[in-house]
Amino acid sequence: MEPVLKIEHLNKKFDDFTVLEDINLSIAKGEVVVIVGSSGCGKSTLLRCINGLEDINDGRVLLDGETVNPGSRNLTKSREKIGMVFQSYDLFPHKTILENAILAPMKVQKRSRKEAVEEAMQLLDRVGLASRKDSYPRQLSGGQKQRVAIVRALMMNPEVLLFDEVTAALDPEMVREVLDVILDLAKQKRTMLIVTHEMSFAKAIADRILFLDGGRIIEDSDPKEFFTSPKTERAERFLRTFEYEK
Amino acid sequence: MGFEVIFKGKNFIRLLSGLGVALRISVISVAISIALGIVIGMLMTLKKPVINAVTRVYLEIVRIMPQMVLLFIVFFGFTKMTGSNLSAELSSIIVFSFWGTAEMADLVRGCMISIPVIQYESSKALGLTRLQTYIYVIIPQIVRRLIPLSINLITRMIKTTSLIMMIGIVEVLKVAQQIIEANRKSAPKAAFGVFAAVFLLYFLACWPISCLSKYLEKKWEN
Repeated sequence: MEPVLKIEHLNKKFDDFTVLEDINLSIAKGEVVVIVGSSGCGKSTLLRCINGLEDINDGRVLLDGETVNPGSRNLTKSREKIGMVFQSYDLFPHKTILENAILAPMKVQKRSRKEAVEEAMQLLDRVGLASRKDSYPRQLSGGQKQRVAIVRALMMNPEVLLFDEVTAALDPEMVREVLDVILDLAKQKRTMLIVTHEMSFAKAIADRILFLDGGRIIEDSDPKEFFTSPKTERAERFLRTFEYEK
Repeated sequence: MGFEVIFKGKNFIRLLSGLGVALRISVISVAISIALGIVIGMLMTLKKPVINAVTRVYLEIVRIMPQMVLLFIVFFGFTKMTGSNLSAELSSIIVFSFWGTAEMADLVRGCMISIPVIQYESSKALGLTRLQTYIYVIIPQIVRRLIPLSINLITRMIKTTSLIMMIGIVEVLKVAQQIIEANRKSAPKAAFGVFAAVFLLYFLACWPISCLSKYLEKKWEN
């Protein structure tokens, strides 16, 4: 099957420091890929390179066979097809929940307000926040804000969704409600790339696990295999940091 | 107490026209300050060393110098030095704009850098163009932060116009003094009433502006 997203020989440096080295990846439609690795390994940068928030030094990122990065002329066009949710629920503070959701569909995709509102209400309902449509982001909890951020990304009907440590800034009791929304998206066969530190969540949702270390993909394996018998010693060491023994 | 003096002859009309002079100078200076302040404030966020150095010196000069000294430098010093004939009103507009622009620029700069980078990034990630990002996301947030701060500056500028009588402009405070002087014999205690009237006039000029600010703050509180 033709991959939706393809990354070829991607290299990324910050000044002289190599963040990502020769990344090659292809992701099929409907695949849920979870990227794990210790902090500073380049996971977030990889996501940011995929939707062109970071320039890359070498290689290219292709979506449906079209180059997204390095910055092609229709970069904003391609970005519509790649949704991204960030760690710091970054809603627009001066707009209500509903307005947050419909801004880009109306301005970027030129959809009518009525149609955008209809879809937004359906999606908000699905994440249990329809009743909060007229609230402002400040009035919501972190978990609620993150669910709205997911809705806002979904409104663009993206072909690929990127999640960058979306639960890392949340209180523990709110992590669940956000992860449930993402699990629901996986059931709908959405193509997703998820960076997370929640290992049990990764185990539950992933079709494929990528283990990054020092800016390279060290392992690309089936989740069961990865969590029970990782191929590399580095992955094993990484997984051990999540376990506690007395 | 001297209140009767206010309504004697054309006194009240004179007071009002004095206030008019003060407000005219304020409004013109505020308009210039806002326009130039936004431009300079935006330049300050570009992080260009030369621009930063120049604007910093400019801001420090404005902060350190009393407005009265600036008025004297421009009206007496500058005109003598160059032999030009700068009117008192134009001098005060120059000084007030010079001062207001500096403070406004600093407010604009502060508001602009207070918008988190993630706001730009998430707009980009949604496919908004740079222009759309500014129009729908960034500028509305800057304006909301800027308005209460700039209203504070505007009322300060209006109040400070009381200094311009020092370079011979007959504004409301000067008119008040003239009225008191003229009625020294018939109403020797008029000072209290007349100055109270001046107080009231300043209050009426500034109060609506500060109400507007409160209203907007509340409206945008969410």
